[in-house]
Amino acid sequence: MQIKVDPSVIGQTRWYEYAIRFLFGGLITAVAGIIAKEFGPGIGGLFLAFPAIFPASATLIEKHEKQKKEEKGLRGTRRGREAASVDAAGSAMGSVGLLVFALIVWQFAPRYSTWMVLMGGTVAWLTVSVLMWHVRKRV
Amino acid sequence: MNQIIIRFLVGGAVVSAFAIIGDLLKPKSFAGLFGAAPSVALATLGLTIATEGASYAATESRSMIAGAIALMAFASCVSWVMMHYKVSALLVTICSLPLWFGIAFGLKYIWLK
Repeated sequence: MQIKVDPSVIGQTRWYEYAIRFLFGGLITAVAGIIAKEFGPGIGGLFLAFPAIFPASATLIEKHEKQKKEEKGLRGTRRGREAASVDAAGSAMGSVGLLVFALIVWQFAPRYSTWMVLMGGTVAWLTVSVLMWHVRKRV
Repeated sequence: MNQIIIRFLVGGAVVSAFAIIGDLLKPKSFAGLFGAAPSVALATLGLTIATEGASYAATESRSMIAGAIALMAFASCVSWVMMHYKVSALLVTICSLPLWFGIAFGLKYIWLK
């Protein structure tokens, strides 16, 4: 299956749908900092992998896929649910990459420069995630 | 207070950026990878290292491993339920959040003591 970029999605998304994700993303980042200050970095760190915008994103995918089908005169409820399910399965694969990111920052942050560690972690997240996706497709 | 506002703005921007990248990509299974992007971590760890030091950020990242395992279970559960039952995405994702909390905190106290 080929990976494609579909810019038409940008037009389908309403301003408040972007705003909701910005709000939840901002909130969890701020809250993770507050929790780390109050309860220590051991607890605060858990929230660096909290699925804060997952409900909003899954709802958005479900809604858009449903709308696409309904524009063609079909009932899109099932299609919407399936698309959100497949997206969530992708996130489960991406979580393996996220784990590797955390592992890299944990091991290398005290020894190397911040940007190098964060950049290396991000590249590792993407590489491992894409690899997981390819492996899953072949199995 | 200033730091909280900075975290909110940077976090909102980075999380939104990864979400938009995910929106643009097809197939959906590939786009879903971006639902597990290290967006919150990228937004917060740079600032944490600058203010609290690298070993503090390393401790946070160690706990993040438990959070990532919990996210994997959460996303797998959401995917499975949505594929097998007629329930809305909002309901499934919100009802599955206790699973994330249970696994993340369970691993933190059992494994990462």
